[in-house]
Amino acid sequence: MQIRMHDISKAFGPVRVLEGVAFTLSGGEIHALMGENGAGKSTLMKILCGVHQADAGEIGIDGQKVQIRSTRDAERLGIAIIHQELNLIPQLTVMENMFLGREPRRYGVIDRAKMKRDCLEYLALLGAGQIDPQTEAGLLSIGQQQMVEIAKALSLNAQVLIMDEPTAALTDREIELLFKIMHDLKARGVGIVYVSHRMEEIFQICDKISVLRDGQFVGERNIPETNFDEIVAMMVGREIGERFPGRTVAQGAVRLRVEGLADEGQISGIDFAVHAGEVLGIAGLMGAGRSEILKTLFGINRKSAGLVELEGIPLNIRKPQDAISAGIGFVTEDRKSQGLVLGMSVRENITLTNLHGYANSGVINGGSETQAVNEQIARLKIRTRDAELEVKSLSGGNQQKVVFAKWLEIKPKVLLLDEPTRGVDVGGKAEIYHIINELAAQGVAIVMVSSELPEVLAMSDRILVMHQGRQAGIFNARTATQESIMAAAAGGQ
Amino acid sequence: MTQEQKALLQKLGPFIALLVVCAGLSIASPDFLTMGNLLNVMRQVSINALIAFGMTLVILLGGIDLSVGSILALSSVLTAKLISALGLDPALATMIGILAGALMGAANGVVIAKGKVAPFIATLGTMTILRGLSLVFSEGRPVTGLNSDFFSMLGGGYVANLIPVPVIWMLLLFVVFWFVLKKTVFGRHVYAVGGNEEASRLSGLSVDSVKIWVYTISGAMSAMAGIILTSRLNSAQPTAGTGYELDAIAAVVLGGTSLTGGRGWIFGTLVGALLIGVLNNGLNLLGVSSFYQQVIKGVVILLAVLIDRGGKK
Repeated sequence: MQIRMHDISKAFGPVRVLEGVAFTLSGGEIHALMGENGAGKSTLMKILCGVHQADAGEIGIDGQKVQIRSTRDAERLGIAIIHQELNLIPQLTVMENMFLGREPRRYGVIDRAKMKRDCLEYLALLGAGQIDPQTEAGLLSIGQQQMVEIAKALSLNAQVLIMDEPTAALTDREIELLFKIMHDLKARGVGIVYVSHRMEEIFQICDKISVLRDGQFVGERNIPETNFDEIVAMMVGREIGERFPGRTVAQGAVRLRVEGLADEGQISGIDFAVHAGEVLGIAGLMGAGRSEILKTLFGINRKSAGLVELEGIPLNIRKPQDAISAGIGFVTEDRKSQGLVLGMSVRENITLTNLHGYANSGVINGGSETQAVNEQIARLKIRTRDAELEVKSLSGGNQQKVVFAKWLEIKPKVLLLDEPTRGVDVGGKAEIYHIINELAAQGVAIVMVSSELPEVLAMSDRILVMHQGRQAGIFNARTATQESIMAAAAGGQ
Repeated sequence: MTQEQKALLQKLGPFIALLVVCAGLSIASPDFLTMGNLLNVMRQVSINALIAFGMTLVILLGGIDLSVGSILALSSVLTAKLISALGLDPALATMIGILAGALMGAANGVVIAKGKVAPFIATLGTMTILRGLSLVFSEGRPVTGLNSDFFSMLGGGYVANLIPVPVIWMLLLFVVFWFVLKKTVFGRHVYAVGGNEEASRLSGLSVDSVKIWVYTISGAMSAMAGIILTSRLNSAQPTAGTGYELDAIAAVVLGGTSLTGGRGWIFGTLVGALLIGVLNNGLNLLGVSSFYQQVIKGVVILLAVLIDRGGKK
């Protein structure tokens, strides 16, 4: 089956999101769709699966023009989408989710036996037969839930599968399994659209790549005939310079020292020291306890043992407030639910950590607040028309810069970063790296957790590798390789 | 129209609705647009407005306070008892009454913040408890014998022989609330906690204390409304304030404050309370039966919220 989208345009109100975009997908092909946030990838895919209707342009399947007016139409044509935010209903069982709205019936009542049989059959196709059709979907891991969604798509006889950032929340092992399944589906003639920001994955698994920029189609390439730099240049329309800007910082004295740190069950025996001006990376598999180190240091998780010293003085941190008043900031992994108050303005978000600094007996001095905010916006190059704009109207990269600005407000001595470039497009990533480097140059001690190995290797001075809640070792980033880090993370030597 | 102009128009929607209703009523009834009647409406609105000011903070937090009517009743009964049975100075008794209301609100706040009980359930519980206590203390009878000029002035007096004292209370507290929400650290923190509690906590805000303070303020405002009511009736009714929580919530929502928290303003609440008051008054002047009045009020509330929704899409 071949899908050809031709000259697709779409506007939301006055905003033109897509303009004359073309996209072609053949059966048995894994086709990456890339572009910076806001380039129009999601809108294009939502048009393909019937969530939105195009204002102009046509869609053809095997040369036949088709109309896709609803998700039902798309399903009938064999087009299914796996959303980034999974769409299972957590309280229903796996099989109830899989056959939601089209339950097999017998004498008017649901035929549970058949439902279970069919459900298992589709799960088994994916090699996920160990998932019990009668467990509640909410009890499954994210990876397992994704398997269920893919099985559901198969049960709909999908010939085209759209996957939106499918690996964002998966462990490395789950990603491996997902890739194997994608290969199997491809061998069976299913066409897959793969939307992702992770360049390494795209070069590993995809056959072709199409790039969108500002709502326009930039080009299509065969993966073997292109490279990282070309794709990035297509996406941002300019050379972004070095992917990881270099840093030469003379490190200062030990800023943060941690000895024998443990929380209530997930991590133990963590020892490290970070110097002023140093970036300590933390690597490891998902669930190895990387984020837990940061959460324990910041007082979100309870510390059960160990010593934490800031500039030689022991700290007793029991809640985030304690950490903040000691001069520790925390850029959390989940920007939307933990980092920002989305409905508030850029200004209000930036000063949230330090509002008392702009107030006299509780009354805010609007002038000094605005001035400080404008300085931060200029310093971090936050692209917003106005500091009064709601922060949710900004792109992912600029939202993340607002989070950084918020923590700069407390003049941090130590900054904890948890996946600082997640959901940030390529251009934005380079800018975040610049900010990290600049902070290090000013003597901030930085502890950075990241799942992207190239990022950890390039940005860190030293790398602490976690394995199953314990520290597998600390490596010098100059001499470490992806292989040596992975080996340690997997528990080898 | 730009986005900003649209947003502004939408924000002023309730105000425009109020003007339209007022214009309609002044055409329909010659008695409506008189100084005497308008001041009378404001006086009737003041009790609901005071409660709704407190409720605005609660709803900005994403919470709800069902106990306002019961707090009103219990603090009224306590104040009246202090004056009539113990012969306490009325000014002192009033202050103790307001303090008692604040404490009842603080209890709500502690149960919600520290006990992690959903606000709806927590205040449903205290609503019942406090209603019961006001019946216990008053033995189910109105508390009378408040022979005090000072006390009857609080709710029944006039300034310059023209403006009812409760209207002054209402306008004064409107300004205080506006200032607190717009200009103080506390006000900003209310919006932040209501907008994203987790992010607020991780930014070092004392989320629990913000919550406790907000419910405390709501309690104090209910007590104040109770004292005005008691003063006007010259007696405290243990059953007073029944259903007042709904009028207050309606005023807040009519004013454009979001029930999910984080978004709203006190001017909207004042307008919402006035809109409800004007409707009541106008329908009375037009001689509409009180049965139909309820239907009309409900329809107006739904319409207003539906229009608000439509604008947000």
